[in-house]
Amino acid sequence: MTANGMPAPAFAASAPCAPPTGNLVPLLHEIRHALTRWLEQGEEHVIDLRSIPLAPGEEDSLLEQLGAGEVNARLSILGPSDIIETRYPGAWLITHYNENESITGRFIEVCEVPGILKSQADDIRAGLERLEDQLSYAETTA
Amino acid sequence: MSKDKTLGETLQERGISRRSFLKFCATTASMMALPPTMIPVIAATLEKLRRPSVIWLSFQECTGCTESLTRSHSATIEELIFDTISLDYHHTLQAAAGTAAEHAREEAMKENHGSYILVVDGSIPGENNGYSTIAGISNKDMLLDVAAGAAAIVAIGSCAAFGGIPKADPNPTGAVSVSDLVKDKPIVNVPGCPPIPAVITGVLVQFLTFGLPELDQLGRPAAFYGKSIHDRCYRRPFYDKGLFADSFDDEGAKKGWCLFKLGCKGPTTYNACAVTKWNDGTSFPIEAGHPCLGCSEPDFWDAGSFYKALSIPTGDIGKTAVYAGTAGLVAGAALGASLRARKQSAVKNHERVTIDDLDQES
Repeated sequence: MTANGMPAPAFAASAPCAPPTGNLVPLLHEIRHALTRWLEQGEEHVIDLRSIPLAPGEEDSLLEQLGAGEVNARLSILGPSDIIETRYPGAWLITHYNENESITGRFIEVCEVPGILKSQADDIRAGLERLEDQLSYAETTA
Repeated sequence: MSKDKTLGETLQERGISRRSFLKFCATTASMMALPPTMIPVIAATLEKLRRPSVIWLSFQECTGCTESLTRSHSATIEELIFDTISLDYHHTLQAAAGTAAEHAREEAMKENHGSYILVVDGSIPGENNGYSTIAGISNKDMLLDVAAGAAAIVAIGSCAAFGGIPKADPNPTGAVSVSDLVKDKPIVNVPGCPPIPAVITGVLVQFLTFGLPELDQLGRPAAFYGKSIHDRCYRRPFYDKGLFADSFDDEGAKKGWCLFKLGCKGPTTYNACAVTKWNDGTSFPIEAGHPCLGCSEPDFWDAGSFYKALSIPTGDIGKTAVYAGTAGLVAGAALGASLRARKQSAVKNHERVTIDDLDQES
């Protein structure tokens, strides 16, 4: 354990040659600060994991530290996207894949519900039109 | 997709959900190295975008840049071509050939005069136009003709940006870069041999979304080329501690120590390899145990041997590096300036690679 009570990061055994960048613990602190800000001010926060230098194995270690919480959703939108609430409620791990299941983006969002998980007004409108069409078709053929 | 419809309208017609579009914008922001707070701005801009015409000219090149682009995983070439831009001319990718292909180029130039984007890969022979022609037209004439009606030019790869390998000493074709010939148009240089695929698509999407990006002194977009490989290298902590591999098979190499002494050009090379990486974010040369060659810098081919430690200062490198790490950015910048000066000196003297260099006796 570190002085802050945070478990010391463990690096993946699969990358014994990789020196740590030292970015892992600051990342966890950024999440801690973001969760505090959300509770106090309702401010949401997004971290793009692709923009931070991480040594081989460090990202796996981060994911291990964040763990999985109560929500695990898979979206089918131009390839799959996984939305996982970490073991720290309010901190979400979002992983986007392309149609070949290769990762195209990975974010940590601190919020109540990630925006991409919510139904979108445009999609609701289009869905409503489809439902109305379906009902009027049913009425005309009844 | 019709050129008259916006991207948002077309996606809606195709049944692409708003969620899918937001995902595309999120991965695009990440690809462009923009903060996630810009995702809504990208969504709002792209939604209203009408597809611009793009004319892609290939001159003295190896097609490596196009190979790189077509292997872009973040925003696929299909998405880029069919949803975001109208690629009206590209030798390698278009189905048409010969007169029909040239006709397509002329039509696109006529219809979109003043508004199309010109993408160039490859350098242009300067001395003798006969070294490279397309449909009997010299590269130089075609470049100047197409550039005249372009809104902006994107020079893809080190050859188009700086002359690249065709310009390497003794430069038999008298190769020059796009910016050596075109002086009256905005030019964005996207160097690399080849450039990272996500950087090529990222620059194009950034240009379409926000216009001309912020450029560094070499005309490169700061979002991708703003920091050195060294600054963002995961082996940097070893550099700061003065721990270096002295050969490719010593203990230092096995422990993943810094490759500075093996000729790594990371400190003088500005690119996104250390963060964006290659092959779908799998790795990059330094992660694979090889020093950076500095391929996104001008005249990298003539900057001495790739393996000779031309960048090693004459003093005690361990101490210099530790002092730099301790004293922070100022000392780091001073060391960088010293290395750049050595690199320029090596270019001037044109050090050739010998078998001894490859034996790596530093």
